[in-house]
Amino acid sequence: MALKSAPAAAATRILGLGHYRPSNVITNHDLIARGVDTDDDWIRSRVGISERRWADPDETVVDMAEAAGSKALAAAGVAATDIDLVIVASCTMPTPVPAAAPQLASRLGIPAPGAFDVNSGCSGFVYALNVASAAVLTGQARNVLVVASERFSGWLDFSDRGTCIILGDAAGAAVVGRSDVVGLGPVVWGSDGDQFDTVAIDEGSRLFRQEGQAVYRWATSQMAPVALEACRRAGVEPRDLAAFIPHQANLRIIDSIAKRLGAPEVIVARDIVTSGNTSAATIPLALSRMVERGEIPSGAPVLLLGFGSGLAYAAQVVLAP
Amino acid sequence: MASADEIRAGLASILEEVADVNVADVTDDKSFTDDLDVDSLSMVEVAMAAEEKFGVKIPDDELPKLKTVGDAVSYIQSNA
Repeated sequence: MALKSAPAAAATRILGLGHYRPSNVITNHDLIARGVDTDDDWIRSRVGISERRWADPDETVVDMAEAAGSKALAAAGVAATDIDLVIVASCTMPTPVPAAAPQLASRLGIPAPGAFDVNSGCSGFVYALNVASAAVLTGQARNVLVVASERFSGWLDFSDRGTCIILGDAAGAAVVGRSDVVGLGPVVWGSDGDQFDTVAIDEGSRLFRQEGQAVYRWATSQMAPVALEACRRAGVEPRDLAAFIPHQANLRIIDSIAKRLGAPEVIVARDIVTSGNTSAATIPLALSRMVERGEIPSGAPVLLLGFGSGLAYAAQVVLAP
Repeated sequence: MASADEIRAGLASILEEVADVNVADVTDDKSFTDDLDVDSLSMVEVAMAAEEKFGVKIPDDELPKLKTVGDAVSYIQSNA
């Protein structure tokens, strides 16, 4: 026998965005005052960060997700009761269970949606976006709330000046729903599990660690072709992009990949300068802030490129809401 | 097979491009970190460019051993 399927949707797009950054600004000088052996000039010139935000001690991944998610719902003009699925991308929950998504949905007044978390490290938002899109396309959900929320301030190794200076806390959110035009291009995703141990929260110390040179080599040599392939599959020339939003890992990686797109006139997200690296949250955070500042017009194509722990990556062109 | 002088000159032009190092400063006794101000990520870029230029593989775990320009010249010469 054959089973019935849900009525499919023609296309999907991002209907609205939101973001949240904790109010607690941590400058490079603040890190030095806490005993980190580093200096402001070095961090600015070598990593590109002048400040990052840290959550308050009692401020959780779900708290930040709630703030970003409620703004995305408002921006999309979608009522909580019209969300059928909630996906949270995070790798910094305080414990493996419970997931953040059901609690987030409950806080936002979304009644009994499907709800689960995605952990793909820094590429998690783009993965979640595509699961959301697939759910809408196949008729499994009318609208999906996707939130990336990360709280790295609880996982920092202050004796490792290569990592504790980079990471921050933030959340970014998007509502995905039906559309008349294709607003989420084909995703190019993949992974290199041979390098599983290069970006991790250490099992013993419970602190973040990273093999900077290995990740730098991988990102600067492998990610530009992935980004270009996402443009090709979406039928968009890189020069026609309104913006390029790579994961905000390190300004030197961002500049290196951007240079290889061969489209110098395209605006490149540099949100890392004042937000640091917030893993899965960097892409929706940067996108939401750029849209809010009027840097990206509604309906314009934007290239997203997530990459990191796994090692896993995902790139796709989306239309700005 | 490139001579030591050719490798040194090739490294000098890579270092100039990647890390704004003055070509005249690139001599065998110079330390990448202490004398030429090449940090760990720039060393990766130098290694990747040298791999392409000289057809040699320079894995990340070799990089800490290449402390001076002379170390890099002899590594490339014996592994190319």
